[in-house]
Amino acid sequence: MIELKNVRAGYGTPDSFVAAVDDVSLTVNDNEILGIAGESGCGKSTLMRTLYGDFSGGLKMAGGQVTGRFTDPDSGRTTTSEANRFQDLWWDVMSYVPQGSMSVLNPIMKIEKQIVDALPKREKKGSKAELRQRIVEFLAGFGLPETVLDSYPHQLSGGMRQRVLVAIAAFVRPRLILADEPTTALDVVVQKRILLMLVEIQRRLKNTLVLVSHDLGVHYQITDRIAIAYAGKIVEVGPTAEVFESPRNPYTEALIGALPRVGQKGERVGLEGRPPSLASPPEGCRFAARCPEAQAICRKVSPPLADKAPNHASACHFR
Amino acid sequence: MSDKPVLEINALRKNYRAGGLFSGKQIAAVDGVSLTLDAKPQVFSIVGESGSGKTTLARMILRLVEPTSGEIRLGGRPLTGKHKDRIDDFEFRRLVQPIFQNPFEAFSAYLQLDSYLIATARNLKVADNDKDATEIAEGALRSVGLSFDRIRGKYIRQFSGGELQRISIARALIPNPKLIVADEPVSMVDASLRMNIVNLFKTIKEEKGVSFVYITHDLSTAYYLSDTVVIMNRGRIVDAGVPQDILANPREDYTRELMAAIPRLGERWTEIDRIKADALARDAEPLRARA
Repeated sequence: MIELKNVRAGYGTPDSFVAAVDDVSLTVNDNEILGIAGESGCGKSTLMRTLYGDFSGGLKMAGGQVTGRFTDPDSGRTTTSEANRFQDLWWDVMSYVPQGSMSVLNPIMKIEKQIVDALPKREKKGSKAELRQRIVEFLAGFGLPETVLDSYPHQLSGGMRQRVLVAIAAFVRPRLILADEPTTALDVVVQKRILLMLVEIQRRLKNTLVLVSHDLGVHYQITDRIAIAYAGKIVEVGPTAEVFESPRNPYTEALIGALPRVGQKGERVGLEGRPPSLASPPEGCRFAARCPEAQAICRKVSPPLADKAPNHASACHFR
Repeated sequence: MSDKPVLEINALRKNYRAGGLFSGKQIAAVDGVSLTLDAKPQVFSIVGESGSGKTTLARMILRLVEPTSGEIRLGGRPLTGKHKDRIDDFEFRRLVQPIFQNPFEAFSAYLQLDSYLIATARNLKVADNDKDATEIAEGALRSVGLSFDRIRGKYIRQFSGGELQRISIARALIPNPKLIVADEPVSMVDASLRMNIVNLFKTIKEEKGVSFVYITHDLSTAYYLSDTVVIMNRGRIVDAGVPQDILANPREDYTRELMAAIPRLGERWTEIDRIKADALARDAEPLRARA
């Protein structure tokens, strides 16, 4: 669906460019839930914005290609586009679930108007009453009552607001939904409800969901494939169950090993050190300084992301 | 304060005004909480979701919020109310130290961290001169795996969140306190570094005999770290005990609901399989919204 080839994206001027995404190649497939995981500053949100073609706030693409091919399930027609033109497809072929529901929804506008404003022209053909009826039915499918439409954002709980954002993103039946940390500020019980809602939408629309989260547990629960980002690079990508079962990258392994689990009392240790600065990344593998398996070659040569098993790639010289 | 309980809380309440200024309605953020941390050094976790009252409880223990009613005692002596032997502010800061969620807000952005730690030791009167204060700061940093040289002349923005949180633990250790109250201390720290901080609490408890009140919404670190866990919901303690009993084999409905909602590794939610099967069955009738 979307193909990233050697993408370099980041912030700054050509003289002092910081590449938050550095030489990343990744394929996003039709009908899948793809997770992008990583710690703060690894470039996962920049990668997400590049996928969405959102080059605001100083984000620039300095190299590579992002090509999208979207097939309409009803007509079978295919639209091909490049990232710098994706904007024409927003809230139509692709949509976005932002993180903070309170800062995204307009506090002085009722929810109904905010939903209607976001819709593309083709959705607004009929009468207002008809459109409202369709929205009501759609929301009801996710346990949201009609009264939500006549509410202001502050009258809804955080979980309700976030469900409204997911519903807005799904209502246009997009081929691709991108969600950046959609449940990060929420309690676990509410988080679970929203994650299940996202899975249900993806499975029923047979479209693609790309989910960015720092929480590996969330990825384990809902994603089909997972990409692990570290210091601007994708270091491992593969089927989620397989990546958790037998990680092919020392960073992934350390990250999973650092998570405590209820029911297991064994000692868990974190990693020492911190990720390198993206402004002046080291030569060779970016994880080498913290890697227990690093050898001389790791500090010289950057390992390519290569297949280690069917559909399972890792960037490591030794695994 | 040898064998007296480190912390005793009795029928503690905090009411906040609800609705408008004159509505007269009150809402209990903490609604009659009692608990005891005996003299043995321990990690005592208070777990709950947002709005459960756990942070209000922590802030009352830290004397940042005045209780509406009830009593808090440290080493048998009252912390609240009008008692003759009530612990004064200066003594309190030597006995109890806080660690907050965001270490970047816990320090001044305009002070070099070495002079900050030295000033802390002088202000709390654990050192009479800068030389002794430096030595104490060095010792505190050593217990969190850092050297004094690492922070010399540096400002907070020159550190990562994980490293700065270690420095704030070092700061808390300077007066050699009996109790550290840590409110979500690792929720802003990256997963790969989180366990380094969590393990520090264990080591400090064992080596320095400090007790911890660990406030968190994260049940897995609470399970890993605590000697005792209490679960709070709507201002009340709904479940309490050793983590193996209440988290690994939850009996209370609310605890069970929480445990079932954690996205755990190695244990898929049953609902996911149901949704996937359901979606297949509904193949003929995809989600319809389009006109």
